[in-house]
Amino acid sequence: MATTTQERRVTPVHDLRSSRRRAVTEQMTRAVLLIATALSVIVLATLLIDILRDGAGRLSLDFLTSYVSRFPEETGIRAGLTGTLSLMALVALMTFPIGVAGAMYLEEFAPDNRFTRLLEANINNLAGVPSVIYGLLGLSVFVYILGFGRSLLSGALTLTLLVLPVIIVAAREALRSVPREIRDGGLALGATPLQVAARQTLPAAMPGILTGMILSLSRAIGETAPILVAGAIAFRRADNEPWYPLEAYTAVPIHIFDFVKRPQQEFQIEVASAAIIVLLALLLLMNSGAIVLRNRYSRNR
Amino acid sequence: MNQRTSAQLSEAPATGQEKAGRSVVFDVRDVSVHYGSAPALVDVSLQIRRREITAFIGPSGCGKSTFIRCFNRTNDLIPSARVTGTIEYHGQDLYAKDVDPVEVRRRIGMVFQKPNPFPKSIYDNITFGPKVNGMKVDLDEVVETSLKRAALWDEVKNKLKDSAYSLSGGQQQRLCIARALAVDPEVILMDEPCSALDPIATSKIEDLMRQLEDDYTIVIVTHNMQQAARVSDRTAFFTAEVESDHGDHRFGRLVEYGDTATMFSNPTDRRTEDYISGRFG
Repeated sequence: MATTTQERRVTPVHDLRSSRRRAVTEQMTRAVLLIATALSVIVLATLLIDILRDGAGRLSLDFLTSYVSRFPEETGIRAGLTGTLSLMALVALMTFPIGVAGAMYLEEFAPDNRFTRLLEANINNLAGVPSVIYGLLGLSVFVYILGFGRSLLSGALTLTLLVLPVIIVAAREALRSVPREIRDGGLALGATPLQVAARQTLPAAMPGILTGMILSLSRAIGETAPILVAGAIAFRRADNEPWYPLEAYTAVPIHIFDFVKRPQQEFQIEVASAAIIVLLALLLLMNSGAIVLRNRYSRNR
Repeated sequence: MNQRTSAQLSEAPATGQEKAGRSVVFDVRDVSVHYGSAPALVDVSLQIRRREITAFIGPSGCGKSTFIRCFNRTNDLIPSARVTGTIEYHGQDLYAKDVDPVEVRRRIGMVFQKPNPFPKSIYDNITFGPKVNGMKVDLDEVVETSLKRAALWDEVKNKLKDSAYSLSGGQQQRLCIARALAVDPEVILMDEPCSALDPIATSKIEDLMRQLEDDYTIVIVTHNMQQAARVSDRTAFFTAEVESDHGDHRFGRLVEYGDTATMFSNPTDRRTEDYISGRFG
């Protein structure tokens, strides 16, 4: 093997000026990155401004407290608002215990075998299933087979199925981020694995779990397709304000869907935009709730 | 809770293995530990005596940490780990089928390399052990006595509700020792308890160990030979051997075990001499 001694080009030590080409590449890359970031923000801002301009004029206390009407100036979203709030409360009530228990099993107790891996793969896949398919499942299982009818309960169960995989994944992530040493410390004191999981690991993971939970709920709050399929009702009056889980119900996104379908311009643009603003405000509220919770818990560390 | 196991494990009288006036707490015979098929520690036999400090020293990869984890069955938590040979605790086989590792760990406490307080208040850190073990005790009293024994009381008595994370590293490690004492164990295992601490915090922990020796049996892993010489009554020196079957995998072996003073002044094995005189490791 011929070893040709390659001549090394040595940069003169005294030349400390920056290379022109490198500087240009650097600047250009930065510009491209900035544009990419700005693009998404601009789109969001346009959307918000457009909706606020169209809908702000229709917003009033009456809009929140009246039922749907044929007349755009009289209509409101009271039934949807109460429906959405009850829906979220029920979904939270059902997903929290099941999601946390599932995550705790997978993360703390499940043996590392083929069955566990199958479970994990399934949960991860479920998190990616289109939401309308959950609606069909809800329609056949909850509405017909279990006979809950087109009720708030059917809708809540359908949304529970939809967000459960997401919550399990988030909760597992939170549990996994609790340092191994915490568990070791607990076990070394003669605590059982269950005691360690329930009294040390879970509380330590709680901020992460709650954040994940609220974020997935705020996704569910805007879902229209699944509850539409599983029987939310668009246009009834006083009797669809759900005070009882087996009653008919509606939700804010269903209202929006309904308003947009109507022939009158006022409904399509102004009223629908006003309802969207309310929905966005709810979302914002939940997300800031998540941030507050996370900060409060992490301050206690 | 398994009543039978707990009755079995509680203070069984030492079975005639009295030597040099102090009874044997652990009788280890031919213990080997494997991770999967690769050995980590091979054929260790030694005895650990009551109310003494026993130090395990040796270069990294010599299996001393693996070995100390056998005494409270922490190796059970690693699925691939397999312990063979026998370890008797007051004459009972620690690895017998009907022995509950949870009961073992309650009697044989452990302090880890990195201070690992729970993300809770100082008070809650201490009371966790007594609570989960269902001990019928006055918690305030346990907190006070444990912290006093761990020489931490004066520094924290006015802020028991503060987060344990607000303490310094050395204080956190003493809190972990106090936490271990709160469940009233007989043995305390310490796995390089000072390796994350500065010299002042280290000397506080060493002082503490000598005080605790009056009431507890202490086993300490350390890579600091001076520490072993300063605090321990007996020292076991391990070495790392290379085994080519598993791609130059390193595993540990016990070289020499004996009285610390004798071992440091007059080691019988050449490798021990080389190690303690700083020629390798």
